[in-house]
Amino acid sequence: MRYGRAPEVLNNINFQLMPGSFHFVTGASGAGKSSLLKMIYLAHRASRGRVSLFGRDISTVPGRDLPFLRRRIGVVFQEFRLLDHLSAFDNVALPLRIAGKKANDYRQDVAELLRWVGLGERMQAEPPTLSGGEKQRLAIARAVINRPDVLLADEPTGNVDPAMSLRILRLFVELNRMGTTILIASHDEDLVANSGRPVLHLDSGRLIALGDAQGNLHGEAG
Amino acid sequence: MALMGFDVARWRPGPLLPGSDARDGSLIFVVAVLTFLAVATAITGLAADRAARGWTAQLNHSATVVVRPSAGETPDGAAAKAADALAGVKGVAEARALEKEKAEALLKPWLGDTSILADLPVPRLVTLDLDPKAPASLASLTAKLKEQGIDATVDDHRLWIADIERGARVARWSMLGVFVLISAAAAAVIAFATRAGLAARRDVVEVLHLSGASSGFTAGLFQWRFARMAALAGLFGGAGAAILGALARMAGGGAGLTPVLPVAWIDLAAAIPAPFVAAIVAALAARAAALSLVREMA
Repeated sequence: MRYGRAPEVLNNINFQLMPGSFHFVTGASGAGKSSLLKMIYLAHRASRGRVSLFGRDISTVPGRDLPFLRRRIGVVFQEFRLLDHLSAFDNVALPLRIAGKKANDYRQDVAELLRWVGLGERMQAEPPTLSGGEKQRLAIARAVINRPDVLLADEPTGNVDPAMSLRILRLFVELNRMGTTILIASHDEDLVANSGRPVLHLDSGRLIALGDAQGNLHGEAG
Repeated sequence: MALMGFDVARWRPGPLLPGSDARDGSLIFVVAVLTFLAVATAITGLAADRAARGWTAQLNHSATVVVRPSAGETPDGAAAKAADALAGVKGVAEARALEKEKAEALLKPWLGDTSILADLPVPRLVTLDLDPKAPASLASLTAKLKEQGIDATVDDHRLWIADIERGARVARWSMLGVFVLISAAAAAVIAFATRAGLAARRDVVEVLHLSGASSGFTAGLFQWRFARMAALAGLFGGAGAAILGALARMAGGGAGLTPVLPVAWIDLAAAIPAPFVAAIVAALAARAAALSLVREMA
């Protein structure tokens, strides 16, 4: 994968994530963690090679079908990407609105999820008024409200204290128990070590280690 | 359930696009000005077209006969004789011999108010009002005069009509050209502003895109947003031009501002489509710009 005419930022990467698995992607800054996630959540196309999602080769999926694939993927962006003009409640409801669901069918679900992530008292608040940790949890709530098959999180603990990091990790573990496939990009070594989850380690755009596969990871480090 | 004043049961989805900002105000102003110019041009064009048609009709339905008295005949007598003869020609509604004073008045702009007119053999004129439905031909009028032995020349204004019709055609096409140019400029401004507005809200478009919004869904949001703004601008611009047209109509009484620009009340109807046309142009431009931006992201 490359950006414009720049050199490839990812190459010779080969792995497969099984449904219901939980992995971390680690590596130094600039190793290609975010780029790998972008390719999976369909923000960027691979310049060569093959990316398959839900059993479909992305390069052969018609453009009109891509939005439906994206709706099956929840993303927690590194910089949150919350819509500042919308309330916390509206931000979380966004994926459901886009999916065409009726407000009456999901308003209680949104409220419940916001309470679950500890934002029950901040439903009307707009993102600029929230703390870093609150934004992080709001971004996570938005990513999971549509019960995605896959959850991708880019440095989800990058802006929070250790206590909040553990709380967020517990949230991901809980989601994983409910069947969501999870891939987290992080350079938080303590978090990764404490999780006991398999790791994809990137170095200069190459997958150099598979970590502890625990039977969930398939493929070879390139 | 109510939480800290927030009633979940009463919650209604908020607008997915941010509210208006200063850029939107500028867009509304520019589109309003361009719409004003376009509608004002249309009203002017309609009035100019009416003026040209009126002049052509007047000339088409009239003719002038220059009568030269023969020996032993007075000029007034010759003119009266010609008028009598021509009044009986089929296709002539009325024939009037012009008095000497009126004939001299026609020459004054060229010769000035001098005594020389008294010494000149000023030819007498006969003015003819022709039947608008079946006007008499130049040949039939000339034949009748010859038959009566009257020395006269008939001018059916053919030369003037051709010039006026040519002038009217030029004016009509010029107005249409200006109208099309201004409309195209308005469309280009709307398209440019829409693209700028979209670029400024690229973050919103990206979030919608990555959350699974189809390109049509995203384009639809911007399409309606800009269509509403352009409709408002079109309303302001069209209303402004209509008010100006109404003032021109009232300033000149029944004939409009001047005989050159006889604005009619019906001409003001040119302002009615302005908000709709502006909205449609903006919607199409916004849709195209949004789809292009989403395609870039994809």
